[in-house]
Amino acid sequence: MALNQTSGVTVTVDNLSLSFGKTEVLKGVNLEIKPGELFTFLGPSGSGKSTLLRSIAGFGPRPGGRILIDGDDIAGLAPWDRNVGMVFQSYALWPHMTVRKNVAFGLEERKVPAREIAERVDAALDLVGLAAYGDRRPSQLSGGQQQRVALARTIVVEPRVLLLDEPLSNLDANLRVQMRREIHDLQRKLNLTTIFVTHDQEEANTISDRMAVLDQGVIQQTGTPLDLYDNPANRFVASFLGTANLLEGRIEAGDGGLWFAADAGPRLRLTPGAGATGDRVAAMMRPQNLMIGDAGGALGEAVAVLEGTVEMLEFLGTIVRYAVRVGGASMLVDETHRVGRAVHAVGDNVRLGVEAADIRLLPA
Amino acid sequence: MITVPRSHWGPAAVALSLALFLIVFLVVPVAKVIYVAFQDPNTGALTLINFVDFFNTSLFQESFFNSFYVASMSVVLASVFALPLAYFTTRFNFGGALLIQTLGVIPLIMPPFVGAVAMVLLFGQNGSINLLLDEYLGFTIPFMEGLNGVIFVESVHYFPFILINLSAALNNIDRSMEEAAQNLGASRGRLFRRIVFPLAMPGYVAGASLVFLKVFDDLGTPLLLNINNMLAPQAYLRISSIGISDPMGYVISVILVAFSLLALWTSFLALRGKDYATVQKGGGGLMKRDLAGWEKAGCYGVVILILLLVLSPHIALALLSFGTVWSFSPLPDAYTAQHYVDVVSTSSVYITNTLLYAGLAAGIDVVFGTAIAYVVWRTGLPWRKLLDYMAMGAVAIPGVVLGIGYLRTFYQFDVPFIDKPLASWWVIIVIALAIRRLPYALRACVAALQQVSVMLEEAAENLGATKSRTVRRIVVPLMTGGIVAGFVTSFATASVELSATIMLVSQESDAPLAYGIYEFMQSASGRGPGAALGIIAVLIIGIATYLSHRIIDKKETERASQQTAPQEKVQGA
Repeated sequence: MALNQTSGVTVTVDNLSLSFGKTEVLKGVNLEIKPGELFTFLGPSGSGKSTLLRSIAGFGPRPGGRILIDGDDIAGLAPWDRNVGMVFQSYALWPHMTVRKNVAFGLEERKVPAREIAERVDAALDLVGLAAYGDRRPSQLSGGQQQRVALARTIVVEPRVLLLDEPLSNLDANLRVQMRREIHDLQRKLNLTTIFVTHDQEEANTISDRMAVLDQGVIQQTGTPLDLYDNPANRFVASFLGTANLLEGRIEAGDGGLWFAADAGPRLRLTPGAGATGDRVAAMMRPQNLMIGDAGGALGEAVAVLEGTVEMLEFLGTIVRYAVRVGGASMLVDETHRVGRAVHAVGDNVRLGVEAADIRLLPA
Repeated sequence: MITVPRSHWGPAAVALSLALFLIVFLVVPVAKVIYVAFQDPNTGALTLINFVDFFNTSLFQESFFNSFYVASMSVVLASVFALPLAYFTTRFNFGGALLIQTLGVIPLIMPPFVGAVAMVLLFGQNGSINLLLDEYLGFTIPFMEGLNGVIFVESVHYFPFILINLSAALNNIDRSMEEAAQNLGASRGRLFRRIVFPLAMPGYVAGASLVFLKVFDDLGTPLLLNINNMLAPQAYLRISSIGISDPMGYVISVILVAFSLLALWTSFLALRGKDYATVQKGGGGLMKRDLAGWEKAGCYGVVILILLLVLSPHIALALLSFGTVWSFSPLPDAYTAQHYVDVVSTSSVYITNTLLYAGLAAGIDVVFGTAIAYVVWRTGLPWRKLLDYMAMGAVAIPGVVLGIGYLRTFYQFDVPFIDKPLASWWVIIVIALAIRRLPYALRACVAALQQVSVMLEEAAENLGATKSRTVRRIVVPLMTGGIVAGFVTSFATASVELSATIMLVSQESDAPLAYGIYEFMQSASGRGPGAALGIIAVLIIGIATYLSHRIIDKKETERASQQTAPQEKVQGA
């Protein structure tokens, strides 16, 4: 007997807010997670992502607002009446029970007949590749195996939603990548609406269908990983999802086009219609979208050019990262490393180029 | 052929001397006791006849049953005191938690026999409580009737063992353990039965077996309450009245040791392979909730009641020591300091003896404890673990048994220049105290040693310090806190030890405080001075404990200021 594929449910979070004492942890969160979607809450520690996940599971103080699963409000239900499966950061395997007992627990609580329990536990352990480990104690397993038991224990009850609270944070780097793929495959196989909490943007990018970036109890932006990276809504999202050069300044008209005039000095040509003249904005450029060349040299067509001096360089293997002083600002530039390509030295005068399409204007 | 590298010759010599000491003063006397129990008193042949005689004598049958009954009931009553306290402090946001945990040191401060007589005056048939009950409510409660008295006094003293172990177990259950169960559908009752209870069980069993062991072996409390039909008092009475050749004392000793081992074995089994500490960084402990107003009042009511009960022996002892006449009245008729004056002027030898004996014993304990800890944990000497096992073995040997063993083994061994047997020389009391307290001092030293990183030692050796120089200059200074704690614990408990002492005191001028209290409490007129001695004992222990806390705190602040370890960021998003 295999575990059944679910039809997938919609999870809607409607104006959810929550305070611990006087500290507001969630401030009116709104979300809609689609059936079968793997959705990630991404944010730094203290952003409220775990609190949000825990309130969906029913832990912690009762939040204001509604949590809907396929239209039913579950916000007032006890944790044991919700049928949302949670995998804990620490796995929370019960040390006094064997692996098999741990996995059987939820089915026993649901008064499933013993024979069916045995079959479903076998199927779940098989699914996570631990069929031979049923009689062991959790303490006799490695970190990755414990993680799989925790996963099996949760999915065996066929929950409506799967919640994963930083499930990979206690694993070493290689295992993390492997478990990430396994979780992803499993989720696809079961078509289970899944919410994944992490503070690691690489993890979020690789695993998510869509994600929400949280900061200070507020969802900053929701979208696919690619979309959020390329079109961040604000400076926080831009910086949290990757390295960003941010210059503050205003939009000016001149020379038959729009220009960005940075407070620190440099001027950059913008694509037509990028903004309204006179607006104060922040211009965001990713380091890999900046080109670097010798002072006075050519950098190609249709690029805005900045003159500067190399302040620092780091060789990172695939790339060389420069910090270049341009007027009052310091810009990070990544250049792909190739054998034989000349490396600019600290103190060299260089010019930087950026295509207008690679400049994102964000609210200042 | 076992070879010991040259660099280990020093530790090897130390290890051998320690082993020799433990063999002579622990292994041989106990082996002797067991051997005699199985020996025909007339022919000297090995036999079970003594055990047959024992179980065919109705007095011994009764004593056996009584000891078992008293120990078991004390566990039950101690659990009744401990369970609500452990539950309140771990489950609710409760202001009294620290106070309740502080109760844990009370059994260390005063052993049950010291307050036993005072408890009779408070809870006995004509004691304060029953007089008040009778006057206002018209009934009395037989707290102190016969075996009840022993059970009551023992459980009031020893319940903190259950409290400490159970609270530790409960505090070690991570919140996510509960949440995972709730998430999978288990609600309140089933959550407790299937998750919380089994996870806390090992801690409870460990505490309960310790209470059983302490009560089963206790000699002083039944003696002072004049209950003689229990095992430990019978062993003492047989040896002291009939003589050291009477086999019954030895048979009882073997039974006491067997039950001690059984209790320790139970505790070991309960804890083995069950390192259930699941607390994660940042989290910790069960889900706590706030109490409603009336719940809070109820909790505080229960806590205050138990607190009063725990302090009652001390309160009663203080009243007794300052009272003139206290009989058939809730409180003494008048108050006086005369008992203290009497005790200090006529019986100060008890106090000086105690300071000398307990000080020497505690000194021996920490020196040996540090040496054993180092040999066992930091050298590769073969068979080093045996040293640990031998020293820890003393836990299972009741004081009465050790006393009988010393009498039997050393009564013919004359000490050179002193001209009397070792068994009646005061030094044997010091050795008995040191052996009895060594396990506790050793654990304190081991804990302290494990705090010292091996790398710190290697750095010293790398810079040219020899093993012994490294121990002296690096290891011991870093262990100071633990060593001081070990010293004070040994000192405090040794200064009121009665069961081994009572067998080994051969003349009044050699007697320590505990023996003096026992002597005074025998007569009605001696109760006041006896209580005064008891209070002096409590003061000595209290001061020692306070000083050690000062020293340990100071050491810790010094160390904390030297190394500012990077604080791990708590994940609490």
